[in-house]
Amino acid sequence: MTADLDRLTIHEAHRLLREKTASSVELTQAYLERIHTLEPKLKAFVTVTDEAALQQARRADESIAQGKITPLTGVPLAIKDVICTKGVRTTCSSRMLENFVPPYDATVMEKLNALGAVMLGKTNMDEFAMGSSTENSAFFVTRNPWDVARVPGGSSGGSAVAVAAAECAGSLGSDTGGSIRQPAGFCSVVGLKPTYGRVSRYGLVAFASSLDQIGPITHDVTDCAILLNAISGYDPRDSTSVPEPVPDYTRALKPDIKGMKLGVPKEYYVEGMQPAVAEVMKTALKRLEELGAILEEVSLPHTPYALAVYYIIAPSEASANLARYDGVKYGYSYPGESMWESMEKTRGTGFGAEVKRRIMLGTYALSAGYYDAWYLKAQKVRTIIRREFDEVFSRYDALVTPTSPTVPFRIGEKTADPLAMYLSDVCTLPVNIAGLPGISVPAGFAEGLPVGMQIIGKPFSEETLLRIAFAYEQATDWHRNKPALKGI
Amino acid sequence: MKLSREEVLHIARLCRVALTDEEIDRYAGQLSKLLEHFQVLQQVDTEGVPPTAQSVSLLNVMRDDVVMPSLPREDVLANAPRREDDYFRVRAVLE
Repeated sequence: MTADLDRLTIHEAHRLLREKTASSVELTQAYLERIHTLEPKLKAFVTVTDEAALQQARRADESIAQGKITPLTGVPLAIKDVICTKGVRTTCSSRMLENFVPPYDATVMEKLNALGAVMLGKTNMDEFAMGSSTENSAFFVTRNPWDVARVPGGSSGGSAVAVAAAECAGSLGSDTGGSIRQPAGFCSVVGLKPTYGRVSRYGLVAFASSLDQIGPITHDVTDCAILLNAISGYDPRDSTSVPEPVPDYTRALKPDIKGMKLGVPKEYYVEGMQPAVAEVMKTALKRLEELGAILEEVSLPHTPYALAVYYIIAPSEASANLARYDGVKYGYSYPGESMWESMEKTRGTGFGAEVKRRIMLGTYALSAGYYDAWYLKAQKVRTIIRREFDEVFSRYDALVTPTSPTVPFRIGEKTADPLAMYLSDVCTLPVNIAGLPGISVPAGFAEGLPVGMQIIGKPFSEETLLRIAFAYEQATDWHRNKPALKGI
Repeated sequence: MKLSREEVLHIARLCRVALTDEEIDRYAGQLSKLLEHFQVLQQVDTEGVPPTAQSVSLLNVMRDDVVMPSLPREDVLANAPRREDDYFRVRAVLE
């Protein structure tokens, strides 16, 4: 088999399999070899499932031999370790779930399995998806393949690195405040956070239930549409899943955005933004204009309040969701003398520093005497932020912003200052607050490091986002640049 | 906005998280700084604005009460830190 994994997209892998130029076993073995070569340095995976992957690959090859092939049959993927996989440990990169083996599959895994996809393993993340750098993993830090001294972003850092370093054909992440888009931007790959309710959350370990969504991280926009097709749709097991029909997203991939109206929200281009990132964005916006889009500056005046809204609402929901980790039914358990000692020490020693910080913050915001001033107030400002988006989307097809105000920062640079870390999600948080879809596409490089461009749309406008992203991608070469992986 | 050690301990007790002395001091400082920043929300006029709990417009999602297969008991108990027969074993709740 001569497939060049570096350039292998999902749709290209599918073509090789369909034309029988390569078998799934060959592709899977090639990826596993590459994983074992690169992992000592990159550390994108928590668990590599060699045997199970090869078994799935053999089954895929049998299916293909019988003429049964879907766009994902035999295609090797990586899955963020926050998505439950039956019989394969699902850790959330936490000591609390280090040995947890889910007795069931998440809905997205049932869908991928039914399509014959191959799972190579589970990827590293910030513990319980809380973080922006993957430094909050209880196990190890994942490295950015463009510069191993820098973070890959987070919380889906492992899934983004696995794609960027070609350790898989594509991956799934989850996004509560930017956790797919920000690492996709930092690693120069494509990442999409679907509309809230588009993809079932059943089997996604809960962080903040009104904000969480699962989404694809891929080499290009075409792959993004293929994976989104696979995981979208109504699920009666998730009461927030929306019974909207799922279009074929690959049909949206037309490189034509002439006359489309794109808003450029000025609040996303202000203080704290690196000048080099601003330069890259300027060029990217110009390219969209050259493609025939009409760009206009717009204002979303309450954007500066999104950070506070998010960091009250998300920790509040987290404090309730994470109350289930009591050391009784599953997970880590501290053998204390009494029930309360067992529970408090289980939680005190089983959770890492950031998770405890957010549980405490959320508990405070929800506690008697503070609920109205913090939690309720944040929920009201959330309404205002949503309304501002609604109003702007009555006039524009989509909004274009940077994915992150900076290039990937150095490992350790922001760990001592939670607020500085939180600010790296300032461009992505408002999208979750309003439940909107957002995509990050490679937009170039600043000082040799990746910059992502974010496109935001109204609810269930994924087709519009994919179309703009595809047109931009076809007009640029950024997604073809691959990290050199020097010295790895 | 300044959280005292006592307030941090109170919150920790509410969420049942045991903290070391060093953690109490660190969280007092960090949470105070965060809450101080979040004070900006008080500048926003929210008079008459309803709260948003979630962003989809679905309300009262109901389903028929149909018996479905449950997870296999052994698979579920396999994750239990302590078990006895078919039960989760816990420390005495009543003392």
